Amino acid sequence: MLKKTTKSTKAPAKESENPKVESKLDELQNKRERKNVLMQGNEAVAYGALDAGVNFFAGYPITPSTEVAEILATELPKRGGVFIQMEDEIASICAIVGASLAGAKSLTATSGPGFSLMQEGIGFAKITETPCVVVNVQRLGPSTGMPTSPAQGDIMQAKWGSHGDSPAIVLYPDSVKESYELTIRAVNLSEKYRTCVILLLDEVLGHMREAVQLPDMANVRVISRIKPTVPPHWYKHYDENQKYLSPLASYGEGYRFHVTGLTHDALGFPTNKSTEAGEMMERLRKKISYNIRDLVQIESHMMEDAKIAIFTAGITSRAAKAAIAMARHEGIKVGLLRPLTIWPFPDDAVRKMLRNVETVIVPELNQGQLIHEVQRLIKEKSDGSLIPIQRVNGQLITPNDILRKIKEVS
Amino acid sequence: MNYEIRLSGSGGQGLILAGIILARAAVIEKRRVTQTQSYGPESRGGFSRADVIISDEEIFFPEATNFNCLLALTQEACDKYLFDLRETGILIIDTTFVKNLALAAENTFELPFTDIAQEKLGSTITTNILSLAFLVKTTGIVKEESLQQSITETVKAAFLDVNLKAMQLGYDLAANYKK
Repeated sequence: MLKKTTKSTKAPAKESENPKVESKLDELQNKRERKNVLMQGNEAVAYGALDAGVNFFAGYPITPSTEVAEILATELPKRGGVFIQMEDEIASICAIVGASLAGAKSLTATSGPGFSLMQEGIGFAKITETPCVVVNVQRLGPSTGMPTSPAQGDIMQAKWGSHGDSPAIVLYPDSVKESYELTIRAVNLSEKYRTCVILLLDEVLGHMREAVQLPDMANVRVISRIKPTVPPHWYKHYDENQKYLSPLASYGEGYRFHVTGLTHDALGFPTNKSTEAGEMMERLRKKISYNIRDLVQIESHMMEDAKIAIFTAGITSRAAKAAIAMARHEGIKVGLLRPLTIWPFPDDAVRKMLRNVETVIVPELNQGQLIHEVQRLIKEKSDGSLIPIQRVNGQLITPNDILRKIKEVS
Repeated sequence: MNYEIRLSGSGGQGLILAGIILARAAVIEKRRVTQTQSYGPESRGGFSRADVIISDEEIFFPEATNFNCLLALTQEACDKYLFDLRETGILIIDTTFVKNLALAAENTFELPFTDIAQEKLGSTITTNILSLAFLVKTTGIVKEESLQQSITETVKAAFLDVNLKAMQLGYDLAANYKK
């Protein structure tokens, strides 16, 4: 079944008894997608996944990510894909890793409590270098917390949640349109770098609606994993080329390979040799750190003459932009730096952009996570130049909260 | 300039759906819009609000903080948000549930929307569309045709008639409203 779906994700299911109804549905769907429509953040993620060629979803619906599962449950079968509702999040992450090894482009969506359960599976996807995407629409934690309230508490968990050193790729949009774009990018990067890519959303963004016009499919760049060109008996499951990206065969194509969570050699078999273990760990690190220019995306907003910089990600940056507009109106030189890729952290870009800035304000909906990264980069400056704004009561940081701080420090 | 609208009340009154319908009407007019919401985990009862911001420029912060218009369908919602209404803002309250005003707003429109819906339309379930249509006619934030088109696109066919009736009643109430 999976093998069939990997050939073409766009093949419509023609088994329907009434093809007329089916094509009418498709037509409506296409119209709906490409017109300027009112769309939710979660909806944008679902359509982004479809456009990126995702053809397998396994998940356990949870507020505030439910709509992603809901839409894919309807849309995937129509396009020849597979949707499975699993018994829990541990099973969900295992299912998407397995599907990916069989050749599918796979994705799951969850929120904090499910994301915690998925950590072991995420580590397994990383050590076995299996492409997959986990969407985490964050809500206030810890534990079940507040299901319908926003928080940015999983920023560090997205990097360090799984045990052992495992470099992470984590993307973080701030609008409905960008949720669509970064979902496609997350799938592309997972395929290209053979790893589990995490997409973080905020509760407010997942549920928020904005007017969005999705691009035509012709303008969507889709990347798929490199397939091996060697005969099966030459195939190494972890064969590194210059950029530390190796071709990936799927089960059922005639290639034999072993997949294990144990530290392994190039063929995938467990090893206790320190040389092989060291090599494997180095490859996992280098494939991220050697390609940082490809991975990092950062938005610089009104930074040219800024003396005060606001550094923030996700929905909080929308409050920052509103505050900047108000402060600029009063002649205060303030700008925004917003990483779209939060891990790997854009060290060089941030260091360079903060060179001429006197004060950095870091608003975030947690008790201090991103701020430590900024602190690490500007440690040579005095303590007073780094100002936190932190909130964990289920409410957003507002433009006025940020404006007040800007005025205090200017 | 942003035009900020907050629709507030309790869960089950259909405020988020009203927010979506209003936002979609703005999309029909090719304007910029964001629609956000806040509600508890329960599907009925509890607190609920929907924000709609309509603008011709890019909208940064998606939640309404300083409303041009506040619709309050419960006393609790009215008490909570009245102070964030702009001085010149329009306050629309449902006097079926809102009995006291903590602050006299300049532009206050009061009608027992829930009672009217029960009486004229046979069910309180259309209170959201009734009061939304009243809001649209009173503020003029979107065209009446756009709202009608949006309702038609959003509401299930089986419930379209009663909702269009509610909309028309809302327009009539607004047209004949005497302060």
